[in-house]
Amino acid sequence: MTQLLTLLHSSIVFGTVIMFGALGEIISEKAGNLNLGVPGIMYLGAIAGLCGPYFYELSCAEAGTTPSGAVCILISIVCAFAASALGGLIYSFLTITLRTNQNVTGLTLTIFGGGVANFFGGSLNVFAGGVGQVKATATTAAFTKYSFTLSALGANADGKGIGYLLFQHGFLTYVAVIFAVLIHLFLMKTRTGLNLRAVGENPGTADAAGINVARYKYLATCIGAGISGLGGLYYTMNYIGGTWANDGTIEALGWLAVALVIFATWRSLNALWGAYVFGIFYWMYQYIGVSGRAIELFKMLPYLVTLALLITVSMRRRKEDQPPAHLGLPYFREER
Amino acid sequence: MSTLERKKDPFIRISKRSEGMSAGKAWGIRVIGLILALIVSAIVIFVIVRMNPMDVYASMWKGAFGTTKRSWITVRDTMTLLCIACALAPAFAMRFWNIGAEGQVLVGGIVTAACMIYFPEMPTALLFLVMIVSSLAAGAIWGLIPGFFKAKWGTNETLFTLMMNYIAIQLTAFFVSLWENRPNSRKVGIINQNSKEGWLPNMFSEGYNNDFGWNVLIVLVIATVVFFYLRETKQGYEISVVGDSENTARYAGIRVSRVYVRTMAISGAICGFAGFLAVSGSSHTISTSTSGGQGFTAIIIAWLSRMNTYIMLVFTLLIVFLDKGATQIASEFNLNEYCSEIITGIILFFVLGAEFFVDYRVKFRGSK
Repeated sequence: MTQLLTLLHSSIVFGTVIMFGALGEIISEKAGNLNLGVPGIMYLGAIAGLCGPYFYELSCAEAGTTPSGAVCILISIVCAFAASALGGLIYSFLTITLRTNQNVTGLTLTIFGGGVANFFGGSLNVFAGGVGQVKATATTAAFTKYSFTLSALGANADGKGIGYLLFQHGFLTYVAVIFAVLIHLFLMKTRTGLNLRAVGENPGTADAAGINVARYKYLATCIGAGISGLGGLYYTMNYIGGTWANDGTIEALGWLAVALVIFATWRSLNALWGAYVFGIFYWMYQYIGVSGRAIELFKMLPYLVTLALLITVSMRRRKEDQPPAHLGLPYFREER
Repeated sequence: MSTLERKKDPFIRISKRSEGMSAGKAWGIRVIGLILALIVSAIVIFVIVRMNPMDVYASMWKGAFGTTKRSWITVRDTMTLLCIACALAPAFAMRFWNIGAEGQVLVGGIVTAACMIYFPEMPTALLFLVMIVSSLAAGAIWGLIPGFFKAKWGTNETLFTLMMNYIAIQLTAFFVSLWENRPNSRKVGIINQNSKEGWLPNMFSEGYNNDFGWNVLIVLVIATVVFFYLRETKQGYEISVVGDSENTARYAGIRVSRVYVRTMAISGAICGFAGFLAVSGSSHTISTSTSGGQGFTAIIIAWLSRMNTYIMLVFTLLIVFLDKGATQIASEFNLNEYCSEIITGIILFFVLGAEFFVDYRVKFRGSK
């Protein structure tokens, strides 16, 4: 039982990273922009979200004051969101204004973002005196502080009950859940959301209806990128505990976020539970007690499942499960 | 009386260049883009390290071509990357987004390493034959799967090939731990370090990668063959028709699904061969970073070169130069090697952006 709880608990932590990534990408893809720069964007969010509070804490230490948790969180989130949105802006400018190919631009953004993050992360490590020496202690503490105290919920004394599973997480975990619901409501229940989907399905018609296609695409991609970047922030703060490692995990998780978008068939509510399912697949080997090299084969599971789903969706051809009709295609009014 | 508001002309008007542009002028624009990119990179370098960018560029040159050995390594890596880019050309000419080069290279690398590990006793010529054929086959299978599903059910190939990459990476991780040279080291180590069995040699002299090697000849032949395959053959023509419009192709009696499967098998096979080059020709080992993002870089190169394999050579050389150069700066100025990715990213952004000015005319208000 304890083992199962541990599995589910770590699945939630894992899932939250890719959920943020996928939620941002869903907004972008719904507007027709297939942004393969998600790994790069998550990298940008991760490094900016670490650098900002790191230097804030450093200046606090010099001034001899205690860094305030709220300020740490604020700086961190603003930095992460801004840096990732900036990555989204580069992508938008190139694909929307300069009409470059979306796949190629996205991949370039992934190379660029990974380079920037690992360069500064690595330099920060050297600056701080060695690998894994970067620590934004106060910020990490603020991010990982449990949102609910267990005793208030009447959990078991050993802290391994349902309370542990559901409530012993940093606050961003719940922000992700709220985002998933809000994005669903936004896309499905508001006029702006309808317009956004129209841009992704048929920009020509949307344009004729008086919707400013370029503006929708720009905003969707930049805001989406900002949300994806929070996944990188969550990774640095809650997953590896406020430090930096140049091991390429963020890139792998970023691609997994792209996979999750497919798995969720472009619906944010599906991404919500899908992310946790991916987490379970990812950690399953520990629960079953697989060891040694079979672990590597088990780690294929999320990708295999996504592939199976991708194939089934294309075979069944259900209209509501398909990607946005204009996904990945450019829109030029003059060339319709 | 009409109260129609008189609107000004838009500030910027963009129109497609209907007549096309002369090749010289188009290349001029690309070179301007490249120069702008180098200026921006120089500014970035200066802001980061506060050093004269000219010194930095000079030491990059040293890193790539400073010694004969370094030059040959630059050539070797250019050839591997060029091979992947050539592999992607047929798929992209068909507008089939093969993002899966990374995985196709890896499976080619896995089988090559397997041959080197399991058959070191085999006669050298036969061993090479087995390695090449099996790496071609492995890559072809890895490419054929998404091609088949695209042909049969229209499954989105971008996402499919992307997933195949990660399956290949995990497969590599599995074999790496199967073949690790010390328990729990998670490293295969140099295969056949003493016997050098299955190492791709120089053409005219003893040794490996310090003189004109077989890889140079083979890849240049591949580049030429792909160039003519796309331009001069019936199959190449079918590919370009399918790329322009599937419906036109069907109307013209081309069997679209067969073209998809065949082209992806070719594309995957050449990628698998690049995996052979990476293992037998350069690293002599296998790891999950054997393809090391080259599959993605090659996509950008193939696209920028508009599927022209000779232009690819120029771009590959540029990218490999940047990579080698940045490694040199990293060790010389005590930075880390990731600055090469930053510079590569900036340059690609600018070159991508430059394509816009090749294809479109931009008019400002008031100008004619």
